[in-house]
Amino acid sequence: MWGKLSWEAVPFHEPIVMVTSAVVAIAITGVLAWVIVKGYLPYIWKEWLSSVDHKRIGVMYIVLALVMLLRGFADAILMRSQQAVAMGNAGFLPPEHYNQIFSAHGTIMIFFVAMPFVIGLMNFAVPLQLGARDVAFPVLNSVGFWLTATGALLVNISLFIGEFARTGWLPYPPLSELAYSPGVGVDYYLWALQISGAGTLLSGVNLVTTVLKVRAPGMAYLRMPIFCWTTLASNLLIVAAFPILTATLAMLLLDRYLGFHFFTNEAGGNPMMFMNLIWAWGHPEVYILVLPAFGIFSEVFSTFSGKPLFGYRSMVAATMGICILSFMVWLHHFFTMGAGADVNAIFGIATMIIAVPTGVKIYNWLFTMYSGRVVFATPMLWALGFVVTFVVGGITGVLLAVPPADFVLHNSLFLVAHFHNVIIGGVLFGVFAGYEYWFPKAFGFKLHEGLGKAAFWFWITGFYVAFMPLYALGLMGMTRRMQHYNVPEWQPWLLVAAAGAALIAIGVALQIVQLVWSIRHREALRDVTGDPWNGRTLEWMTPSPPPMFNYAVMPNVEGLEAYWMRKQSAIERQALSPEPDYHDIHMPRNSAAGFICAFFSVTMGFALIWHIWWLVVVAFVGAWAVFVVVAWRDEHEEAIPAATVASIDRANRATREARLPTLRPAS
Amino acid sequence: MDTSKRCSPRAARNGINLARLRSALRLCACATLPLLLTACHWAVLDPRGPVGQADRTILIDSLAIMLAIGVPTIIATFAFAWWFRASNTRARYRPDWEFSGAIELVVWAIPAMVIILLGGVAWIGSHELDPAKPLSDRVAPLDVQVVSLDWKWLFIYPQEGVASVNQLVVPVGVPLRFALTSASVWNVFFVPQLGSMIYTMNGMRTQMNLQADEIGTLHGLSAHFSGDGFSDMHFPVRVVRADDFAAWVKASRGVGPTLDDTTYMALARQSANLPASTFGAVTPELFAKVLRQELPPGPGPSTERGGAAEAPEAPRKGN
Repeated sequence: MWGKLSWEAVPFHEPIVMVTSAVVAIAITGVLAWVIVKGYLPYIWKEWLSSVDHKRIGVMYIVLALVMLLRGFADAILMRSQQAVAMGNAGFLPPEHYNQIFSAHGTIMIFFVAMPFVIGLMNFAVPLQLGARDVAFPVLNSVGFWLTATGALLVNISLFIGEFARTGWLPYPPLSELAYSPGVGVDYYLWALQISGAGTLLSGVNLVTTVLKVRAPGMAYLRMPIFCWTTLASNLLIVAAFPILTATLAMLLLDRYLGFHFFTNEAGGNPMMFMNLIWAWGHPEVYILVLPAFGIFSEVFSTFSGKPLFGYRSMVAATMGICILSFMVWLHHFFTMGAGADVNAIFGIATMIIAVPTGVKIYNWLFTMYSGRVVFATPMLWALGFVVTFVVGGITGVLLAVPPADFVLHNSLFLVAHFHNVIIGGVLFGVFAGYEYWFPKAFGFKLHEGLGKAAFWFWITGFYVAFMPLYALGLMGMTRRMQHYNVPEWQPWLLVAAAGAALIAIGVALQIVQLVWSIRHREALRDVTGDPWNGRTLEWMTPSPPPMFNYAVMPNVEGLEAYWMRKQSAIERQALSPEPDYHDIHMPRNSAAGFICAFFSVTMGFALIWHIWWLVVVAFVGAWAVFVVVAWRDEHEEAIPAATVASIDRANRATREARLPTLRPAS
Repeated sequence: MDTSKRCSPRAARNGINLARLRSALRLCACATLPLLLTACHWAVLDPRGPVGQADRTILIDSLAIMLAIGVPTIIATFAFAWWFRASNTRARYRPDWEFSGAIELVVWAIPAMVIILLGGVAWIGSHELDPAKPLSDRVAPLDVQVVSLDWKWLFIYPQEGVASVNQLVVPVGVPLRFALTSASVWNVFFVPQLGSMIYTMNGMRTQMNLQADEIGTLHGLSAHFSGDGFSDMHFPVRVVRADDFAAWVKASRGVGPTLDDTTYMALARQSANLPASTFGAVTPELFAKVLRQELPPGPGPSTERGGAAEAPEAPRKGN
């Protein structure tokens, strides 16, 4: 009846897990009770859970990412503490627990923090920047989000029922095959990623189509803000790379569930093929994450330097160059597998070549600041912190791309330090900058600047204190994923790294305080202008928060920096452009499809993991039924009357008009 | 040589008394501690052989090249941001300055030239330091066959007809030719102070040539996560004089158990923290049999949460 599921699946004897479970259970019950008692349920359902508005979906992606960031960071704290104490003893986490923690940490941080954060920001900002009313496929967008959330939920369920993978964030066979990992951990990993991977692919298709097909009149490709370009590049990579991930994990599932031999030791299986395939996805994946971050930094540097982005066309070329090159370097993840000198050298050089367009980007950001008026607002601090940190990470990355250097650094803590250096310094700083930058647009009030800056300083200090010792440890020959060790010289460095994690924890706490404080004092932080940073791209033309339809009439784009041009001409003339004619706007209706789909896919994933076959069938039929109902529904749009559109737009125009005399032309 | 460290793998395999084994291991660790203190501090930067030295040279050269471009970039970041701060009235503000062909040329050219230089280093380095490349065509290398097991290392000396577990003894100044494979999951054979590492994979053979030029004890370990016992997959590498090596071989040969199919299959079962031990004899072709999977891959764990609780596979009798 219940497959492999029994009471033994719950780790009653592990106090850390049980206390966490209890706290999470209480927190969830508390939040639910509060929502129900306060009567917020209809609002949350209508405005958020069933919304197909790209802005709402973007925000939900980011909420998911922030919640999962706390989970992944808790794992990081456990790992740093374990390694800080486990010199010559077993520490406080036994291997079977520690191995789950580092596997979950990597999986969560990549798939359920970095990905949803980046996708959330793209979802929120790109249609606005393109001058569009929504993405190309709004319901698909909602389904994509909910499938991602499904994966995140399954990963968290594994904490309390069963176990998570103990095989690392990429489950290399043969270790991940049934013979060496008979538990449900790898199955949790595989199904969580299959389901969320499908969601990511849907999101990628949607955003590629949006950038290619849903742009305001006059928004030629070379007039798009650079964030739209990086979004296009990143989502092209998603569309090209995620099917590889899905196929690779499907092969591993076939091995584990149906006795296939794609990657087994025996019967002609070839684990090296897994290594190649997973990195054929995995290397583009790092650019899927970092390219949108580059786009955010480009917007931030330009806005806070009061200048257009320097070398725009160069930046576009660099972005698309990275997009293509990122598919040609996957082998550098296993130079030490014995491929031979020619293969290693070619892939090493290909990897270094990526440093050229990346370097160009760095210099163009520097020259964006040059002759500018640099304002050190919180997003700009993240951007500056990024440049410095990313140059360090880039240097160590190029070192690792030299095969003989990699021969002594592969899989060491030097590598761990390198990829945290680029993922924290690049992706995470990028999404934090984007979060601070677009927050007033999304909610109509700014985040508290002082707390944001304090969080930045703790984060960046903590980052250096936590990860520079890992570079040293790598040079001292310490490899990654050690649950304990017997080399006393390593311990002082690991203690320093743990202290760095504590500093980052303060940074995280300050971010939470910043959010709560800003919500409570939102009236004081209110952005009435819709343009709090003196922005240059179209999204700053809308009120904060933008209405559901974004633009009352489609903006006519006449050049790069469409909003900046309009603003400058309005300042010169001291008058807005004449009031347009308003018409009814047809917007997609809400759809419960995504949420219900998530319900069935959680059920199906859980049933597959525990071999509860009847439930798999029930859930699959349920999910299919949702699809049929959605596909055949008759009314999928609703009209917003011209009068409503007019009143919203006139209010926006009034605030803009009132602000005109206070603005000076840039000179 | 030190025979007190030698014990039969059969006894160790019974390893129920983990605490006793741990304390034994700790004793070994203490005995070698003074050596470790000097030996493994900056392992990768303190190589004890030609391969490690060459790896280090390339690492440092590449770092120098990258710092030459990276450090000025970081300084420029601070300088530009500070000088062009909004409050600096002396800085010239050019709100429309967004392109300069000359600057674009330079910013594309500088990274490109650095990469051409570094690409040359990578190309030559990859070929010079190809792990499969013999170190010397004059001196005959010592062959060592390496098998990674869950979770210990087996070193077979085919010419000498002996084998050791969790301890690698090598003569100083002699090229070492390693052939490597794995009994089950993947590992990476890595002695940081000797230089390059390489994967061990079941059913596949990798090659590696190293050499130790100084007498002493080095720290070897696995550099690829291989399961619950991974952290214990470290081993001392004892670099000894040639005559001491010959003496060690002589003292080991014929003493203790024989490494044949049966003892191998028993050794292949999951266990961690085995103390260093030796086999006095090795059946010929044992490594080849592992490689060809005539000796089946090692069994995994008998149970995990939500996993099939099946009885561990009995060691198969040799054929």
